[in-house]
Amino acid sequence: MSIQLTINKKKVSLDIDPNTPLLWALRDHLSLKGTKYGCGIAQCGACTVWVNGEATRSCVLPLSAVANADVTTIEGLSEKGDHPVQVAWDQLDVPQCGYCQAGQIMTAASFLKKNPKPSTTEIIDGMSGNICRCGTYHRIQEAVKLASEIAAKKKTSSTKKSAKA
Amino acid sequence: MKNSRRSFLQQTALATSAFCLGFDWFKAEGKAGAMVASTVEAGRFNAYLEISSLGKVIIYSPNPEIGQGIKTAFPVVVAEELDVDWKDVEVRQSNLDTQRFDRQLTGGSGALKHSWDRLRKAGATARQMFIQAAAQTWKVDPSACKTASGFVIGPAGQKASYGSLASLAATLPVPTEPTYKNRKDYKIIGKRTKGVDNANVVTGKPVFGLDIEKPGMVIAQIIRPPFGATLKSFDATDALKMPGIIDVVSFKNKVAIVGQSTWQVMQARAAVSCKYDGQNLESESTHKKWFDEGMVTENAQVNRKDGDFKAAIAKAAKVVEATYECPFISHSPMEPMNFFADVRSDGSVLLAGPTQVPQSAQKAVATLLNRDEKKIEVELSKMGGGFGRRLNNDYALEAAELSSLIKKPVKVMWTREDDMMGGIYRPAVRYHFKAGLDAAGNMIAFYLRGVGLNAGNSTRQDNFPVGAIENVLIESVNQVSSVTTGPWRAPITNFLGYAEQAFLDEVAEAAGKDPIQMRLDWLARVKSNPVGKITYEPDRFIEVIKQAAEKSNWKKKPGVSQGFSVYYSHLSYVAQVADAVMVNGKPKITHITAVTDCGEVVNLSGAENQVKGAIIDGIGHAMFAKLRFNEGVASPSNFNSYRLIRGNEIPTIDAHFVDNGIAPTGLGEPALPPTGGSVANAIYAASKKRLYRQPFDI
Ligand code: FES
Ligand code: FES
Repeated sequence: MSIQLTINKKKVSLDIDPNTPLLWALRDHLSLKGTKYGCGIAQCGACTVWVNGEATRSCVLPLSAVANADVTTIEGLSEKGDHPVQVAWDQLDVPQCGYCQAGQIMTAASFLKKNPKPSTTEIIDGMSGNICRCGTYHRIQEAVKLASEIAAKKKTSSTKKSAKA
Repeated sequence: MKNSRRSFLQQTALATSAFCLGFDWFKAEGKAGAMVASTVEAGRFNAYLEISSLGKVIIYSPNPEIGQGIKTAFPVVVAEELDVDWKDVEVRQSNLDTQRFDRQLTGGSGALKHSWDRLRKAGATARQMFIQAAAQTWKVDPSACKTASGFVIGPAGQKASYGSLASLAATLPVPTEPTYKNRKDYKIIGKRTKGVDNANVVTGKPVFGLDIEKPGMVIAQIIRPPFGATLKSFDATDALKMPGIIDVVSFKNKVAIVGQSTWQVMQARAAVSCKYDGQNLESESTHKKWFDEGMVTENAQVNRKDGDFKAAIAKAAKVVEATYECPFISHSPMEPMNFFADVRSDGSVLLAGPTQVPQSAQKAVATLLNRDEKKIEVELSKMGGGFGRRLNNDYALEAAELSSLIKKPVKVMWTREDDMMGGIYRPAVRYHFKAGLDAAGNMIAFYLRGVGLNAGNSTRQDNFPVGAIENVLIESVNQVSSVTTGPWRAPITNFLGYAEQAFLDEVAEAAGKDPIQMRLDWLARVKSNPVGKITYEPDRFIEVIKQAAEKSNWKKKPGVSQGFSVYYSHLSYVAQVADAVMVNGKPKITHITAVTDCGEVVNLSGAENQVKGAIIDGIGHAMFAKLRFNEGVASPSNFNSYRLIRGNEIPTIDAHFVDNGIAPTGLGEPALPPTGGSVANAIYAASKKRLYRQPFDI
């Protein structure tokens, strides 16, 4: 019995053990290696993806639970790698080893969708579920702030454009 | 008493220095382009640098990248001396290439120190070759030409791009006396350069070891025995029947489950049962007993003796004494251990994956499989952290051995549990300090005994404050354990730095002195009249201490309690002041001021990352981390109960650097050792509670 779902806007059908965690389905069966394994027990956040728009830990989520769902991974966050969070991450030079950062970015982008103008305390709380062993936390927090500013600017400039048109 | 064993760290240090013997840059890296000349590499000027006639500047970065930023920092130095714009540079990771590169490893914070001149030469000699080529073409005196942003500019305003000159320049002799830029003219060095892999990281490109996929590759996980035990038997009947499982094989007391996909292997692994033999397997009580015995044995190794400690302590007006202890801890890089190996029937081997020491992997696999080293290729992947764990190639050897047994290309993957329970830990250590003060509060006697479990020499006997004290005795005892250990970010000093800096705070208090002034007085003594041999430069110590006092507003912040520490390691100096306040009856670290002297800062953005990251690492492991052993088995096994520090538990940090233009020294590690000390001393200042053990009990 195969399971259908949408991943990064593409329909896929997987004929594997339905208990396979989404993380391993992505990595082993769809060659989407951007989503990382860090702990396998929902503690570190390295495996964060979006399921129907919600940030979710894919390491403990069986494939059967995402049948017909809409999944977004780091590879699908933006077409050109220019989502405000990605831009901010690069501008502030957040990554050290980089291994945790896909999960951090997916968490941050989802957090900003719900809270586009967060306070510093909200950012700290919103991001503290993701572990970074290299200790890039200061820059992660600064980059979330910067991303919210970039997104706000993008929004005003696109409203201006559409107002003109 | 058990024999002391030569620690892995010492072996690494020896191997490292052996690499450096008799190295001639011009014969090796300088000529490396010509050595392997081919049409593709016509513009290869030296081991590091390739410039095509289209003007593309490719800089090869040889050292393994674990998050320390070397893949950005090395090319920055080459590009600076070459005098090209950073935006025109493309950086490529070089695989292991012992013909071209010297010291292709990551460890000991030694890369920039070792390679600074080599990298500058790589850029500067090529720049001179471009000038020479242009001068020949224009028939002018080379000394009348200059360079800017990848162009040679002639005396009459002629202008030629490096690209247009590349094919001629590459054929010219390599100048033996390169002229370097004046540091005031630096355009890239010292500025903020973003990580060259950022774009790959933020878009989720498969750049890490665990992401490796090769044709025909199978996946394996390995069950390892408890420390000290041997495998008696195993039953894989059920596992072998499970879907996707290809084989279950045993080697060296381990059982490997081989299959088509990670999840299938994980499932099958749970269905394998193993029986072990083992006597007197180690538990927490064993380790306590070894510490207690080590503290009283008469057979300690004497590492340093100045004056007569015993006589001096006997006549001291005051004696301060304290014992500090830290547990075994895991490195826990975010990417667990993994490695790919393809041992082929034609005698060749392909190794690929995350290792800090690729050449050692090559040599060890050659020995293990009795193959020709030259036929073993090693591809370097980016690493999801290392912290010293990947200085040990145990997991790469597992992959090679398994591939040779199953005759297939295989990727061995450790789970987080394997990583935390599978060994090569930071050794557990206990320290006992004793200080004797005279009536005026001067320290006249200083004693340290370190007892380590597989720690080798757990002291750093020639480090400050040694050199300032008349009577010193420093000893170590190494207890051999079956629990495997190895270097962990700032080996030994990651805990010794804390213990010593916390102890000196007690000494200052007993002496009625300000902890900063006390150290400055000692350093003044070292400058004028040092006691015995010292390994540090007192002036550099003094500078970081003074700057830290000033930048932290030492003892001038109302309502804030402060703790000071300073430590020298990996040839760099770091002073820290931690600020603490009481919140709901508990001390909280709110801020840390760090002043670092690592000589020339090559990449300010990367340098800040290293300092802040090392401080956060230091706080986190001092506060939370601990492994216990029961019958040779470590616990906890994952991040639910082995706590790593999180983003809501960090203080703000100011990272300052001394601007002195000295050739760069280490930075991946040096900010860690002083951290536990500044934090513990600030906590004491706020709460009057001294902390003698890690993890801290607050
Ligand atoms: S791998 Fe899923 S939370 Fe750690
Ligand atoms: S950047 Fe290395 S774990 Fe976060």
